[in-house]
Amino acid sequence: MTPPVGFLGAFGDAVEFIFNPQATRFTGGREVGGLDQVWDLTVTHLEVSGVALGIALVLALPLGVVLGHAGRGEAFAISVGNSVRGVPELALIAFVAAFIGFGFGNVAIALMVLGVAPILTNSYVGVRQVDRDAVEAARGMGMGDLQIITRIELPLAVPTIMTGVRTGAINIIATASIAPLAGVLTLGDFILARNVYGDDGVLAGAILIALLAMTVEFSLAGLQRWLTPRGIKLARERAAA
Amino acid sequence: MTPLVGQVEIRDRSEGGGCVAENGAFCFDWAVDNFDRYVTPILEHLVLVTASVAAGFALAFALALLSHRRRWLVPPLIAGTGILYTIPSVAFFVLLLPITGRGTITAIIALTAYNLQIIYRNIVAGLANVPAGSRDAGRGMGMTPGQLLRRVELPLAVPEVVAGVRIATVSTVAIATLAFLAGAGGLGEQIYSQLDFKTNIVLAGGLCIVMAIAFDLLLQLAQRLLTPWEPAQIRRRHAAGADDVLAAPA
Repeated sequence: MTPPVGFLGAFGDAVEFIFNPQATRFTGGREVGGLDQVWDLTVTHLEVSGVALGIALVLALPLGVVLGHAGRGEAFAISVGNSVRGVPELALIAFVAAFIGFGFGNVAIALMVLGVAPILTNSYVGVRQVDRDAVEAARGMGMGDLQIITRIELPLAVPTIMTGVRTGAINIIATASIAPLAGVLTLGDFILARNVYGDDGVLAGAILIALLAMTVEFSLAGLQRWLTPRGIKLARERAAA
Repeated sequence: MTPLVGQVEIRDRSEGGGCVAENGAFCFDWAVDNFDRYVTPILEHLVLVTASVAAGFALAFALALLSHRRRWLVPPLIAGTGILYTIPSVAFFVLLLPITGRGTITAIIALTAYNLQIIYRNIVAGLANVPAGSRDAGRGMGMTPGQLLRRVELPLAVPEVVAGVRIATVSTVAIATLAFLAGAGGLGEQIYSQLDFKTNIVLAGGLCIVMAIAFDLLLQLAQRLLTPWEPAQIRRRHAAGADDVLAAPA
């Protein structure tokens, strides 16, 4: 009978796989795992996710902000966000692999779609939610549209916009895990190529992907705190107290 | 065992004639002839989604009631469920394997963890958005806190609660495609089993999207039945606010 904490051994082996290259019974003597390979796959994972998130930001943020500022296209901005949530990640990557082709660029564009939705919706909602009195006051002070957007609406919308960016980033990093199916070797390769890495590698991949996602989430949360104007933080604290 | 499965797939595929041999974008005849092999994955997928949304709702509801009169519990609960939500599903399914083993239960646990955050947030937001006037009126009528919750606060929170369940359900239909990693089958298993066969990907992926839309419409209908007093206009505003609620910073 196995002890109730028997699974700890499996996690121990997975950690061992991360730090030390080893020949599994599947690789015919070739060594897999270890920090060098982990590093390579992590870099690719971050590269493809970063490119996807970057393009998503460039496309969705200005569009969402301008629509929110003008108060137009609410149905569009909201429904894009809602409909992309229903797209199955596996089908998306499989579709890219079968119809468009393997490779970094194709995967990055597919992942970008996952980032565009929450960023567009949240920048629209964030700007739209800004107190109209604040905007009117700015207009009364003689600010033009561009100044109102950059100096009033964007700073006040930071928390909501950053929530969208975080959601998008997490979606992208999660889905990049199955990018090896389209020929981009990310950390998900450890999970999907079980016949190469064995169960230790599969579990190691899961641990690494979870750590990567949390690291990105915490970094972006930090960035959000840094970008949020002090006035909003003070108002929040007062409301909480 | 594995080569045998491979042979079966190859033989089955050659039955479809030219389109399948050329791997056309969508071989309609093949899809009609072979639809029966998608029935079991569809049912597995339905079970995964229904069970995990039901479990997520029950848990989130219990947590929301627990934290309703103890507001200080809300931030740690949002943060805790948020961490679960951050772990990518691919990783979550696999991380559970050494603990709960391969199978449907493991997949349902992982999927439930995802729903929890979405639904909990929306229940809390729904209860918090109940107009103070309605609460006062209830108290004025002599309601106890329990009665107030059951007869005023919860009914008024229904639109936001349903909005949360809708978001959770639609997301779960999509994420459940990865449940094959936990050995729980579903439409993802079907996609993964023939990754280079275009018709299979379009059909299985399309079935997922159809399932998501169907669930969404069903839940919208449920909300209409649960809140007969809400005029259509307010309902639309609530539906549009769904993201808004989710987007509210933690």
